[in-house]
Amino acid sequence: MRYSGFRLLSEALRGNTGWTPAWRDPPPKKSYDVIIIGGGGHGLATAYYLAREHGITNVAVLEKGPIGLGNTGRNTTIVRSNYLLPQNHHFYEHSLKLWEGLEQDLNYNAMMSQRGVFNIFHTEGAKNASVRRGNAMRLSGIDAELLDKEQIRAMCPLIDVDNGRFPVLGGLLQRRGGTARHDAVAWGFARAADQRGVDIIQHCEVTGIDVEGGAVVGVQTTRGPIKAKKIGLAVAGNTSRLAQMAGLDVPIESHVLQAFVSEGVKPLVDQVITFGAGHFYISQSDKGGLVFGGGLDGWNTYAQRGNLPVVEHVWSAGIAMMPSLSRLRGLRQWGGVMDMTFDGSHIIGKTPIQGLYMTAGWCYGGFKATPGSGWCHAWTIAQDAPHKLNEAHTLDRFRTGRLLDERGNGPFPWMQ
Amino acid sequence: MIRIDCPWCGMRDEAEFTYRGDATVTRPGANAPEEAFHDFVYARKNPRGWHVEWWYHSSGCRQYLKVVRHTMTHEVRTVARATETPEVPSE
Repeated sequence: MRYSGFRLLSEALRGNTGWTPAWRDPPPKKSYDVIIIGGGGHGLATAYYLAREHGITNVAVLEKGPIGLGNTGRNTTIVRSNYLLPQNHHFYEHSLKLWEGLEQDLNYNAMMSQRGVFNIFHTEGAKNASVRRGNAMRLSGIDAELLDKEQIRAMCPLIDVDNGRFPVLGGLLQRRGGTARHDAVAWGFARAADQRGVDIIQHCEVTGIDVEGGAVVGVQTTRGPIKAKKIGLAVAGNTSRLAQMAGLDVPIESHVLQAFVSEGVKPLVDQVITFGAGHFYISQSDKGGLVFGGGLDGWNTYAQRGNLPVVEHVWSAGIAMMPSLSRLRGLRQWGGVMDMTFDGSHIIGKTPIQGLYMTAGWCYGGFKATPGSGWCHAWTIAQDAPHKLNEAHTLDRFRTGRLLDERGNGPFPWMQ
Repeated sequence: MIRIDCPWCGMRDEAEFTYRGDATVTRPGANAPEEAFHDFVYARKNPRGWHVEWWYHSSGCRQYLKVVRHTMTHEVRTVARATETPEVPSE
């Protein structure tokens, strides 16, 4: 079924009786050409691009619960490509371009809103770093604008630009950045992949990965064994556990990242804004709630919940930037489990096991990467070789010393 | 809030400590192959379950502690001194 304004109107006149499920619920087959483990945005996008770009449609996406309930449903929905390192910004820019055409591509309203993303800075040193990052982006053809203090004040009058402790000197703006509706991204990819013949198998937990002679041959699941010569992992948060089923210890730790939403208010924050003197980023949802988040709690965890010290930090950083937030009540707060790598950049590529691929280690960047990750992962699986956009994001860069250390923090996952 | 019973200071909140990661990895000898250094710096078990980890009491006695903590429940089972080898529960 194709979605359109006409369809909406005709269904409204017929009492909405003609809608069909957006994807099938097939039982697992005995074997597939490719199995994708993980039915979040990245796994579903991988399956979609395998079908669309490479004509590989005998594909299963295995998900232990319902699709899109992991980090796809737990992020702060920000989309941007304002990274310093060329390997990272070329990748994220490709992803952003896919976002720009995603709704037409999927025939699904992902509520993509290019409202602009800006990072404010408070010191000359931070300004220099922003200028450097902006110049690096512009040299690669990515939009970046340096804003001064008055431009920041004009864009968001609620920011306390004259704060005595953290005076705002300016900001770095990417106008093409913005937000998208996170659930719709999973549903849109699921529907589009399903239409091309991909089996989306929910409530099917992988309990083992079968490796024979250094190559994968299939998986064990709670719904029986399934054979495949190619398996892609898209299970950020749990990559270590899945990789260990195939005998690999990966350079990843699992950490919790908390997010928050306030009660709904009238339009207040028109862009995505990040604070430069603490870990805080904020945008406003279409329902009016302010959506914001901060840094990691900072210790290994698989529990999808964090602790109060970070809650306090995030709120106080927010109030330092935008004092009027102190009058708002928090509505909900939750946590998602991140794959944190040792250099803060992601991994898309082959593994030492033939036929096993992964898109993993997404740190803070998972949601905005969704289409790009799926696109590159699909390419890598189909060609059995990385695309130019992900050739630097290998699992073995930690052996060869070719790290992608965006922040220069050293090999500490909890500090990335 | 994670509460850590520091052997020197008593029960304190996690906010007093600095996390320093997996305490089960050991630095290889100076002549060990590169592979051993790779594993020391980067390869992690990252268990879902009991985890032995370093916590530095940075806003307290400044001692390094070995803490046995569960990564699903966040329960702290044992807090040991840096030179001790705490027992890790099987479940």
